[in-house]
Amino acid sequence: MTQAAATDQATSTAAARIVVLAGGLSHERDVSLQSGRRVGEALRRRGLDVQVLDVGVGLLDTLRNDPPDCVLPLLHGETGENGALREVLGLVGVPYVGSDPQACRLAFDKPVAKSLIARAGVRTPPWLALPAETFRELGAAAIMAAVLTRLGLPLVVKPARGGSALGCSVVRTEEELPAAMVACFAYDAVALVERMVAGTEVAVTVLADPEPRALPPVEIRPDSGVYDYAARYTAGATEFVVPAELSPTAAAACAEVAVTAHSTLGLRHLSRSDLLVDTDDHVWFLEVNVAPGMTETSLVPLALDAAGLDVGAVHAGLADDAILSADESLSQ
Amino acid sequence: MTADKDPVTGGVMPARGVSRRTRLDSWVDRYATRTHGMTASEIRALFAVASRPEVVSLAGGMPSIDGLPLASVADSVSRLLATRGASALQYGSGQGDPVLREQICTVMALEGIQAHPDDVVVTVGSQQGLDLVTRIFCDPGDTVVCEAPSYVGALGVFRAYESAVVHVEMDDAGLVPEALRHALASAAARRAPVKFVYSVPTYHNPAGVTLTAQRRTEVLDICAEFDVLLVEDNPYGLLGFTGEPMRAMRADESERVVYLGSFSKTFAPGLRVGWVLAPHAVREKLVLAQESATLCPPTMSQAVVSTYLAEHDWCGQIKAFRELYRERRDTMLAALTEHLPAPVRWTRPDGGFYVWVQLPEGLDAQAMLPRAVTARVAYVPGTAFYADGLGSRHLRLSYCYPTPERIREGVRRLAGVIAAEVELRETFGASLPPGAGAQHTYERPGPDQS
Repeated sequence: MTQAAATDQATSTAAARIVVLAGGLSHERDVSLQSGRRVGEALRRRGLDVQVLDVGVGLLDTLRNDPPDCVLPLLHGETGENGALREVLGLVGVPYVGSDPQACRLAFDKPVAKSLIARAGVRTPPWLALPAETFRELGAAAIMAAVLTRLGLPLVVKPARGGSALGCSVVRTEEELPAAMVACFAYDAVALVERMVAGTEVAVTVLADPEPRALPPVEIRPDSGVYDYAARYTAGATEFVVPAELSPTAAAACAEVAVTAHSTLGLRHLSRSDLLVDTDDHVWFLEVNVAPGMTETSLVPLALDAAGLDVGAVHAGLADDAILSADESLSQ
Repeated sequence: MTADKDPVTGGVMPARGVSRRTRLDSWVDRYATRTHGMTASEIRALFAVASRPEVVSLAGGMPSIDGLPLASVADSVSRLLATRGASALQYGSGQGDPVLREQICTVMALEGIQAHPDDVVVTVGSQQGLDLVTRIFCDPGDTVVCEAPSYVGALGVFRAYESAVVHVEMDDAGLVPEALRHALASAAARRAPVKFVYSVPTYHNPAGVTLTAQRRTEVLDICAEFDVLLVEDNPYGLLGFTGEPMRAMRADESERVVYLGSFSKTFAPGLRVGWVLAPHAVREKLVLAQESATLCPPTMSQAVVSTYLAEHDWCGQIKAFRELYRERRDTMLAALTEHLPAPVRWTRPDGGFYVWVQLPEGLDAQAMLPRAVTARVAYVPGTAFYADGLGSRHLRLSYCYPTPERIREGVRRLAGVIAAEVELRETFGASLPPGAGAQHTYERPGPDQS
């Protein structure tokens, strides 16, 4: 895809029929359904034949019996982002938009992604990845004491795999840590415990067309002070500033970190990195999303809009690229 | 930066090279104060998963309408449209169809109520009946007294009218009269006007218990003593599993009781037909409120209900529903006994749709819900049934909709979820704050039965 293909003027021709996958069985089903509806409508406005499908037992038969030109997975959470679904799409032989299974596996597991990106020279807050099983085997009190000694306070506790801030807690006192761990383990068997860095919260979208480039950073200012589930999906509960009000140095560093994350993990097409800019203008990597939200209150559509890009045009262009890539790999 | 607003996002349009600020809601500073609590929630997000067939949902209160004679009902509706379509599709009376109101009186007679059709107002489900009653009685800040726990839909209505809710404890025999007396006396001492007592006395939602006959008299006497209105919400009254229907409170007191009835559980919730039976002066105001809310309740839905009552063996159908729900209740209770460990307690309903479960100390049903959804089972956390955030140790299970096989499987999955949560809490137990799992006095003794 060229940059021109992602503008309003261009209309895709290769991807005439697209299946958008949305819903699924993860905790983020509702968010995914909203993302699917929005992108589906945006593609239809461009004249494409779009079917929004939920993921279920009959999906593979549907894709085999009536294969679309391309699948656009907008499933958030477990199956949609951990690579499993894309692995199966590859088996069926349907071109799909987004990263391949291996890259998804690396990105979806936050501790793994942080390790790889830290190795690439990017700052990321100090962290520990702790399975629930470990607390059972070795005793919770001793481990939590060691965690506090190592990382100090305040902390952020979040599921190692998951999104939409579900199961996330900010821990400001020692007494809050056990409850935060229990809340986290309701969502995942492994907790990521991370030192909380104070600063400006920023999301940077990377669009690879084909070279990865960072779109304008979106600054997040939740009224409640915490960008939790309610702040993310209640229109009006958070103020967004686009582009983020950052120094030119910090803005450039954010773009560089997001592109580094995208490239280091081998991501394709579109990703969103969540970053923090501290008072010294240092940029900290928190996590990267391979199927970022596309809802009415999501961050990527804001970044696309700020870059003068249309949600439908961008996804149509990415679908074209997915089809082209699949054709090339078949011909090799 | 200019002051122009972006017509799409509601944000301030930036000058060239300047950042744009947006809240993605053009009207964010215009909403009423009562709207501010309407936010996205994790719990609602989790319930989106519960609608999938892979999940055994023991959460919703949907009646099982598979047993309805749908082909026969379809014939009746077809004839209705052919012979009376012009009136069935036209506006109707704000108070509701007179023929249907007569039929409603026949239905209520099964619970001992002698009523005149003039005192019945047809509503869009009994939910709208409660909305209208609250609208005509409650100013912001007025107090409504209700059971602990109470129907979640009622709490939503009270919140919308900015009413203050005072919960009163229940036990296995329903609302505790002395606790009601104490609550009304306390409110009187505070000069807090209690506009009405809201109660689901029969096959309570969510608790599953029923107010005994003796207590019904006591509760009515206490309402008289404090000169307070009683709103009796009775959607499940005809769905008892033993003997004759329980006598409604309205049957023994016509001037102080506003009665809410519904066809949602005995016929079809999709038609949205319920009613209010109220004293004359209250009824007049309800009709005016109904006219301003909807002009008239849906005429077609009323015609379908009226035709169903006239042409079908609706009493026989209710008996069939009772048998179906009794089998499912028995299945759920047996599965709970088989799978859940001793510290877990639950009620044993004699009718209706729900079992109220108390978890072991320290467990939080809302915090446990993500784990349950992962295990493909859903329930409603107890906090939904309290206006003040209490009830965290409880959950509501519904047996009305899933088949017996699904009920057994759902309870089996729930047992695994509870066991894992107990293990986790034990791991962190000594470190958790001492207040976790503590209960308010009106959560004890609670309606739980062992």
